[in-house]
Amino acid sequence: MALTPDEWEIIRLSLKVAFWGVLCSIPLAIAVAYLLARHDFPGRSLFDAFVHLPLVLPPVVVGYFLLLLLGRRGPLGAMLDEYFGIVVAFRWTGAAIAAGIMGFPLMVRAIRLSIESIDIGLEAAARTLGAGRWRVFFTVTLPLMLPGLFTGVLLSFARSLGEFGATITFVSNIPDETRTLPLAIFAQTQVPGGDAEALRLSLLAVVLSMAALVCSEWLVRRAQRHARGHDA
Amino acid sequence: MRGGMMLEISVQKMLSNFALDAAFASDSGITALFGRSGSGKTTLVNAIAGLARPDQGAITVNGECLFDGARGIDLPVERRRVGYVFQEGRLFPHLTVRENLRYGYDLARPQDRYVEIGKVIELLGLEALLGRRPGNLSGGEKQRVAIGRALLSSPRLLLMDEPLAALDQSRKREVLRYIARLHEEISVPIVYVSHVVEEVVQLAETVVLMAAGRVVTSGSVSEVMGRADLRAQGIDFEGGTVIDAKVVAHDLEYDLATLEFSGGRLTVPGIEALIGEAVRVRIRARDIALALTRPADISVLNILAGQVIDVKPEQEARAVVHVKVGETVLSSRITRFSAERLALAPGCEVYLLIKAVSLN
Repeated sequence: MALTPDEWEIIRLSLKVAFWGVLCSIPLAIAVAYLLARHDFPGRSLFDAFVHLPLVLPPVVVGYFLLLLLGRRGPLGAMLDEYFGIVVAFRWTGAAIAAGIMGFPLMVRAIRLSIESIDIGLEAAARTLGAGRWRVFFTVTLPLMLPGLFTGVLLSFARSLGEFGATITFVSNIPDETRTLPLAIFAQTQVPGGDAEALRLSLLAVVLSMAALVCSEWLVRRAQRHARGHDA
Repeated sequence: MRGGMMLEISVQKMLSNFALDAAFASDSGITALFGRSGSGKTTLVNAIAGLARPDQGAITVNGECLFDGARGIDLPVERRRVGYVFQEGRLFPHLTVRENLRYGYDLARPQDRYVEIGKVIELLGLEALLGRRPGNLSGGEKQRVAIGRALLSSPRLLLMDEPLAALDQSRKREVLRYIARLHEEISVPIVYVSHVVEEVVQLAETVVLMAAGRVVTSGSVSEVMGRADLRAQGIDFEGGTVIDAKVVAHDLEYDLATLEFSGGRLTVPGIEALIGEAVRVRIRARDIALALTRPADISVLNILAGQVIDVKPEQEARAVVHVKVGETVLSSRITRFSAERLALAPGCEVYLLIKAVSLN
């Protein structure tokens, strides 16, 4: 049951796409979650709904919008190409963007919940001890929201690993470039005699997801103990 | 230290249920903000710390202006150097006791620091707690750490908002003694918020009495606590006399202590102070009865001889009689009927009867 080089390549690519997609969305997700949890501003509920769009829209629609916006001839895509020489359409980076966006609302929700559970009195106490707003954020707020951050990262990582619709619409299904695990499974089901390979890849997906779950559950529990202030 | 009072404050702020309009100045070591809950005490200290923004007014600590509505000065919280001990402690749950203590210490400029970590650990008895996390500490331990943490940020002024409220009776005494000790050793001015008379009497030099968002009166602890006229103004406050005394003997069998003050000796139940230690006792005016002759065969343990200074009838049935005992003037609240029946007048020799169990 040893993995073939092709299978290794698919796993490597899937993890790379999900990893970068999630990593790059973390700072933005924290900022958005903080804004929604702590600030009231005009258009807040509209903004909230916009952030949640990828959760309710058909993924194909998200992928199509990405293609319109970030494709070579899209307004943003053309600009990136012209000024920075960056092309994301039909590249793995584009797959990472699609994956990150589809997981984004899940991450924001989890982080926002944990920010809302933080006693703002602790932040006030930190300020009376001489800490400015940024220092308060990094030394008090951020450590206390770690359980939510870990949960959010896991959820969006799992979502990214399973991303299909937006990815295939935006960056197509190119072997070794954008063919992640779900796309590879799909490809195998489209060729005669590909059933066995599709099953192998599906089992691989189960193993990967389980590993991610167990790993993050452990992290979340550790972080929660820490945030509650009990001795380790 | 620059010129000016330790603390000068004048603050106006509209709140949802009343208007806070309070002003006072204090130069003492420990100033108590005293009043019932909802009288605006916490809002006032929050304004000093910068956690609540007054609509108008000015706040000055040691001559430095922290807030001035007219001049547009509003120093951010972290630059005020005002320490704050909150009712609920508010220790950082993700940090150890040692890291909590270091939080403000590390942020203070070295030239501003006036107390070292080792000193605070020793003063507040924190040695055994250093490696622990706040979640496992008792209420009293948490408050001691919170006091140490605030102190180590080297504040110009330390605010304490009902720091004992969440503690049980024996923890209260323990922390109260730590606060008194700390104030003797490190001369940081303290503003102490409380609605508990006993705490105020034990700790404060100056008392600011607040009601419904206003300062009713302020002055030395014996002045304010001696105001027997406040009840007439509709303020729920039982006036009394505060006596500075010294412990001279303990009776362990009956758990009684003998105190000496300028007017004689008092027997009081269980005081946790050593012989020779100074204590304060507050005797409520309504707990002092008067007699023209020294009664015998009576359960009352404290009978002091004195001379009537004046008799002031109050509204309704009551009257307040001021009696001089040695160097101390005590006020006694009796009925107008009794005052007339005994024909009390300035100069009368009377005996004051004070039940020991009414003290403390």
